[in-house]
Amino acid sequence: MASKLTRSNRAGWAFALPGFGLIALFIIVPFFFAFGLSLTNQRLISPNPTAFVGLANYRDLLGLGVITLEPERDAGGQILRGADGTPDYPRVRNFTRNNPDHPRLDGMREWFRWQSGDTQKVVVAKDVVFMKALVNTFTFVLIVAPLQAGLALLLALLINQRLRGINVFRTIYFMPVVVSIVVVSLLWRFIYSGDNGLLNNILSVLSFGLFRPVDWLGNPSTALGAIIAMSIWQAVGFHMVIWLSGLQTISPTLYEAARIEGSSPWQTFRHVTWPGLRNTAVLILIVITMQAFAIFAQVDVMTNGGPRDATQTLVFQAVQRGYGKQDISGGSAISVILFLIVLSISLVQRWLTREKN
Amino acid sequence: MATLSLKNLKKSYGEAHVIKGVDIEVEDGEFVVFVGPSGCGKSTLLRMIAGLEDISGGDLEIGGRRVNDVAPKERGIAMVFQSYAIFPHMTVRENIGFGLTIARVKKDEWNERVNEAARILQMEHLLDRRPSQLSGGQRQRVAIGRAIVRKPQVFLFDEPLSNLDAALRMDMRMEIGKLHKQLDATMIYVTHDQVEAMTLADKIVVLKDGKVMQIGAPMDLYHEPANLFVARFIGSPAMNLIDVTVRETTARGHVVEAASLDPVEIPTATPGRAGDRLVLGIRPQYLTPSHDAATGKLHGKVAFTERLGTETILDIARADGSKLVAALPEDALFSTDDEISLTFDPARARLFLPEAG
Repeated sequence: MASKLTRSNRAGWAFALPGFGLIALFIIVPFFFAFGLSLTNQRLISPNPTAFVGLANYRDLLGLGVITLEPERDAGGQILRGADGTPDYPRVRNFTRNNPDHPRLDGMREWFRWQSGDTQKVVVAKDVVFMKALVNTFTFVLIVAPLQAGLALLLALLINQRLRGINVFRTIYFMPVVVSIVVVSLLWRFIYSGDNGLLNNILSVLSFGLFRPVDWLGNPSTALGAIIAMSIWQAVGFHMVIWLSGLQTISPTLYEAARIEGSSPWQTFRHVTWPGLRNTAVLILIVITMQAFAIFAQVDVMTNGGPRDATQTLVFQAVQRGYGKQDISGGSAISVILFLIVLSISLVQRWLTREKN
Repeated sequence: MATLSLKNLKKSYGEAHVIKGVDIEVEDGEFVVFVGPSGCGKSTLLRMIAGLEDISGGDLEIGGRRVNDVAPKERGIAMVFQSYAIFPHMTVRENIGFGLTIARVKKDEWNERVNEAARILQMEHLLDRRPSQLSGGQRQRVAIGRAIVRKPQVFLFDEPLSNLDAALRMDMRMEIGKLHKQLDATMIYVTHDQVEAMTLADKIVVLKDGKVMQIGAPMDLYHEPANLFVARFIGSPAMNLIDVTVRETTARGHVVEAASLDPVEIPTATPGRAGDRLVLGIRPQYLTPSHDAATGKLHGKVAFTERLGTETILDIARADGSKLVAALPEDALFSTDDEISLTFDPARARLFLPEAG
């Protein structure tokens, strides 16, 4: 291994040193720090000495339990019902607060519940906010990845034509990518604004005043959707350019050969364009997935995770916990979990899209 | 199978006229080669026949039907491209059957026709390979297979051998010749290589700057080039061209002379009067050198000899510095700087009008 790389290239290494140093200092070292810190009870500023706590941070984040609630019955075994006829159930806190029969559930809070016959099942979690962040992040990725990739491909196909002024369109579609995400988020806060936002005004004009204004970011049922829509719009131009570069590697004679065979536009796409974009598609899918998992700025600027935790995400939680609450070990644990999620998804994607021969 | 007729065919890109009125008649089952230097418009002409380029003026008829505005697929043509244009993600079988797939041909017929094409090209054993596992010649055969399977009325070849190495080119040339006999199809073949044109063609069309220079059988073009351009282009080594002055005009032709050329009477129909400048063309094969200065009418000094075994090529410098080439049918001994004279049969020499400008 004492190769040319280490022997004959002292000047080269010297030139590379500043770059390597910075990368090591700000990316590699923190990466391992996160692993280490997530196993301790380290706080950002604390007079107490740091102690090793094993996987306690992970248990605090991921702890889950299910409680089966039987309806309350009277002495005769009849179900007790409230004024509106629904059965009465014992309170969840009876199980999760100092209940010696259920030490595992101690300190957990209700996440969600569902009815099955007369009994209710309640899922309780150690950290409900983290669970919501987890679900929101996955929702975000599952919607953004296909929509953004598809839309970007559509735009790339449209602008991959020799038309007069096509560069104007390329520029317009790419512009949001160049603008800082913080600025874009601020602008979209105005667009989504509930009282006099652009979106509400447009919808009201288009529906001749029938549309009732919605506080897009203040409503738990629309807030995540609003952030998703804006995020897709913002980065679609970037992926469009990657698709475009993929499109331009396909030899024009292949299209001519297809044209001579009388191939329809859809057949041409299916038999010529799409197979030629295979590698590009793998790249775009992985890049979008990784970027989507890291969603932070939009949430931070537009909603702060609210309303009612409807837009909590993993990175936002990691930052809020690590710096907002000074719980640097908890934040580290979240980033390690995020890393493992993204790593395993990337591996699965690579396996699914591997070259089959 | 069909006849093909180009009547005053024109192509312009704005002010740039690329094809300037071309008339060509192709008989049923004929092998026609378009030959000319790069930029002469031969490929454009072929692409106009294929329907890949619009026709700016004139009429294109295939099988007696005017097809100027007919889609490529409906013209009954198949095209083989220089870069093969086979689909890298498909197997050989899928590539050959591509046109049938596009036309949604039923599976049984699909298989039958693909197998038949593979049998004609003797590549049944390659059907399940991918293009990346094939040699250049095999790839080009796949492209030809894709053309055969459509059973076209006219085959179009666009420099199909240019991407192959020299040895393979000869093999493929013979195969294409055999294929033409076997299929008895009308074929149009574009090349810049006059050897391909001479060996394959029933009829050669020599093009220059978007105009037809001469149309004829290979041997007609070889023996009776209509102008200086064709004389230079056809034949290898190229025809010797000597600037001469008409000394007097006789009943059969002209008596011409030049420095290091004794007056000689050339039978010709080329017009000219005493004092006119003409160009005398003699094929290198028709020059017989001799060490005796009195034997021949042309004089020069051997500058260089190339001994190829079956043939010897002599580079001869004339007194005015211009060069002659003589090709001798066997290994003949002439050394550099030998003063020689050259004999030729005036009946085999040609007189041309000098090119304008």
